[in-house]
Amino acid sequence: MITKRIIPCLDVRDGRVVKGVNFENLGDVASPVDMAKKYTASGADELVFYDITASAEGRRLFTDILTETARNVFIPLTVGGGINTVDDFDRVLKCGADKVSVNSGAIKNPDVIRQAAKLYGDQCVVLSCDIKRVDGEFRVFARGGRDDTGMEAISWIKRCVGLGAGEVVVNSIDTDGVKTGFDIPLLQEVCDAVSVPVIASGGAGSIEHFIELFKAVPTIDAGLAASIFHFGEVEIKDLKERMAAEGIPARI
Amino acid sequence: MVAIIDYGVGNLFSLQSSLKAVGAEAVVTDDERIIAAADRVILPGVGAFGDAAAKLRESGMAEVVRREAAAGKPLLGICLGMQLMFDKGYEYGEHDGLGLIHGSVRPIAEAIPEGFKIPHIGWNSLSFRKESPLFKYINDGDYVYFVHSYHAADCADSVTAVTEYGGELTASAANGNVFGCQFHPEKSGNTGLEILRAFNEL
Repeated sequence: MITKRIIPCLDVRDGRVVKGVNFENLGDVASPVDMAKKYTASGADELVFYDITASAEGRRLFTDILTETARNVFIPLTVGGGINTVDDFDRVLKCGADKVSVNSGAIKNPDVIRQAAKLYGDQCVVLSCDIKRVDGEFRVFARGGRDDTGMEAISWIKRCVGLGAGEVVVNSIDTDGVKTGFDIPLLQEVCDAVSVPVIASGGAGSIEHFIELFKAVPTIDAGLAASIFHFGEVEIKDLKERMAAEGIPARI
Repeated sequence: MVAIIDYGVGNLFSLQSSLKAVGAEAVVTDDERIIAAADRVILPGVGAFGDAAAKLRESGMAEVVRREAAAGKPLLGICLGMQLMFDKGYEYGEHDGLGLIHGSVRPIAEAIPEGFKIPHIGWNSLSFRKESPLFKYINDGDYVYFVHSYHAADCADSVTAVTEYGGELTASAANGNVFGCQFHPEKSGNTGLEILRAFNEL
């Protein structure tokens, strides 16, 4: 039986892993390559690397880290951050990424999804979407959650899946970093709207939150989190064992 | 030495790295002489069947792979590389494969009920159907990583493992010295590495 995936996310800036609360006050954690190895050993099903660097030097460091990780870690790697063109896809795929996630790049130019899907296949293209409730609707935000695009989120996601996005990461800004649980109503709406895998992000603070997610939204495919794994508040091994005990399919 | 055939599809960095991790010397190449000198050959692949089959023929690699298989060299097809081993593929039309394993590659939608997401993406468990030297170091029920919308059908005699996804999907097949894995051993953690280790010992 296919398992529900647990995915640690590593935000990388200037060669180090960082994680903020509500996208601000970023603080340094550790070496991305060491963390990737540790997570793989503890049972992570996949890793996401987000490049949150602004400088060219930082970008070089990021691709070096990616290459070094792909040499040592043999589980799927998804890379995001600063992906605007198919050349950006090419750059990270050559360093060992398996999937590439687009966020603001797709908002600027949705056609990048179609182009990349045609070149690398739908399975390679992940739509990442930062969503916040505004005036009673789910709204898409750009630039790391800073700018309200005015676009309604569910129709945006459907459009991107139509263009060739093979997977969707839904990050709720309303629940991100506050550790009160995943945004169940939003995730349910997205799962009902598309037939590709959906990954939940934003809000996990405990093992219970993952259990609640997989029980409340049985069609969700994966749960993603960062700081709770980085700071050891949740051990992936414990989480997987608890999932199995609750009857949720997990790779142990 | 393991020759990983380069015919312009997919990213071979991880595959090469994973082979190195199990102590295999792996070369990504489209040079016939290097492939002829290799002890083992891997045919990788992602993308669509028709495009890849065309690239394989146009690059001359289809003939090379057939020749190495006929010579008895261990040959491993991964993902689309496995699918290309079969007689025919039905992804966007009908296309000829290499015909090294009998059967055809059909949409997984035909094998599973509605409501299951396609592509089949994620970690799923192997159910062994036949003994295979590739499974020497792994156990029935071990998890491997899949990403696919098509699978090998009409090939019951050659199926070595299936995976359950609403219905049974072909996970792995073999015909003599020709092996195929629908999943990605290079992305399947320790289980995948153990499969590659076993292949490297054939």
